[in-house]
Amino acid sequence: MSSTSNQVLGADGLNLWYGTHHVLKGITLGITRHRVTALIGPSGCGKSSFLRCFNRMNELIPESRVEGRIHFNGRDINDPEVDATEVRHRIGMVFQKPNPFPKSIFDNVAFGPRVNGYRGDLGELVETSLRRAALWDEVHDRLGQSALALSGGQQQRLCIARALAVEPEVLLMDEPCSALDPASTAKIEDLIGELKERYSIIIVTHNMQQAARVSDQTAFLLEGEIVEYGRTGGIFTRPEDPRTEDYITGRFG
Amino acid sequence: MKRRARREKDRIFKLFLVLALLAGVAALLLLLEEVLRKGLPWLDFRFLTSFPSRFPEQAGIKSALAGTLWLLGLTAMFAIPVGVGAAVYLQEFAGRNRPTAFLQLNISNLAGVPSIVYGILGLAVFVRALALGRSVLAGALTMSLLVLPIIIVAAQEAMRAVPGSLRDAAFALGATRWQAVRRVVLPAALPGILTGIILALSRAIGETAPLIMIGALTFVPFVPAGPLDAFTVLPIQIFNWTSRPREEFRLIAAAGIIVLLGVLLTMNAGAVWLRNRYQRRSES
Repeated sequence: MSSTSNQVLGADGLNLWYGTHHVLKGITLGITRHRVTALIGPSGCGKSSFLRCFNRMNELIPESRVEGRIHFNGRDINDPEVDATEVRHRIGMVFQKPNPFPKSIFDNVAFGPRVNGYRGDLGELVETSLRRAALWDEVHDRLGQSALALSGGQQQRLCIARALAVEPEVLLMDEPCSALDPASTAKIEDLIGELKERYSIIIVTHNMQQAARVSDQTAFLLEGEIVEYGRTGGIFTRPEDPRTEDYITGRFG
Repeated sequence: MKRRARREKDRIFKLFLVLALLAGVAALLLLLEEVLRKGLPWLDFRFLTSFPSRFPEQAGIKSALAGTLWLLGLTAMFAIPVGVGAAVYLQEFAGRNRPTAFLQLNISNLAGVPSIVYGILGLAVFVRALALGRSVLAGALTMSLLVLPIIIVAAQEAMRAVPGSLRDAAFALGATRWQAVRRVVLPAALPGILTGIILALSRAIGETAPLIMIGALTFVPFVPAGPLDAFTVLPIQIFNWTSRPREEFRLIAAAGIIVLLGVLLTMNAGAVWLRNRYQRRSES
């Protein structure tokens, strides 16, 4: 198991309610630095809600309530002293459906640095971010064009570039390929493999082959609880819990 | 066969819809024809640049046109920032609770209050209590109250139509609420907000009752030099002319209506142009 210094994020006794609905029930889990951690489980098991705890996005949902701790480099991000915008600045997020702003490609990537008061060379940062998201070669000659003119897969990579531009440590990905065709999906999966050199990644996915392909660690969630968490290879070949086995062999979910 | 009967019904219904449309268009065309036939011969440069007169051949619309432009300008100046601001607060900042719902209900109701009631309010508050007198400023403030609900409701509607995923994206990048509103929500909602503003100002340009109530004059041989001057507006001038006994005054009233329509169309065209330009810019 990973030592504390290797752990970038961690949940400790985490409970989440939407109104009276108890979504997450006492989750404790550590996320290893520079690894890809996959969250799998059937629809409604709380994996996306769990992901949104890491950058305090649940706060935006009325009547949501969080209990327990989320550590980020040893600090509790839910501490009243901590500013949510600071957390989101350091923990980026990519959403299920590509959601570029109706602005130019450049302005999309530059959005985060601008709102965070970035003082350096914006053009250089945009280029670096687009390169890291493997999109630069396709768009470098039309940065002023609308992001909405890009294909779905390009839009999603633009959203990744946009998240990278604020220079986060962690990237949260909420089913980033579910709206994409297989070719675009393959590109994003390759990209995830490259990104983990620099970032720690947590990815929610419906697709178990995808989890097996891209992740190092896998957590299986069921009805708001962690059933099993461990090395991806182990989970998919020798699951310890019968429910995990049922799920990954396609018996339910 | 059953199918034939169904098709027959379809055709009859379509015919009815076309007739309904034609009725509206025909009435409008008749009205326009009448106004143009009577008014066009009187509409010339002298008409636009002369003050009202007892003699129809010397009467002009200068003071009313100037008054209308003053009123519109001041109304826009007050109503747009306040209206959009209120809408931003209600839509993006206010919690979803009972006080907000109560406010919301009241704003919707205010949009339906007869305009004369705003006139009474304006008379009591702006003309008397604030001692602004029968000035164009008092008129514009009254008119602002009248059109505020229209702007607020339209702007809220436009912001509500901005996908939540865009707000999420902005927040996830570390934007504050104000930054998300300023950089994402408002630009995306701008075309809808502009439509609301057009509607509101079009309403303001045609309103007469509240202005008569607060004491806008009907015979103004001067152009307002400042916001505290007395004034008249196009609809009041037109009404004044139509109620005179001499036939020629009815003809210059028609010419006045053409001017009023001209201002309205120019304004709307300007707003549509602005909207299209902005839409293109946010897409390219």
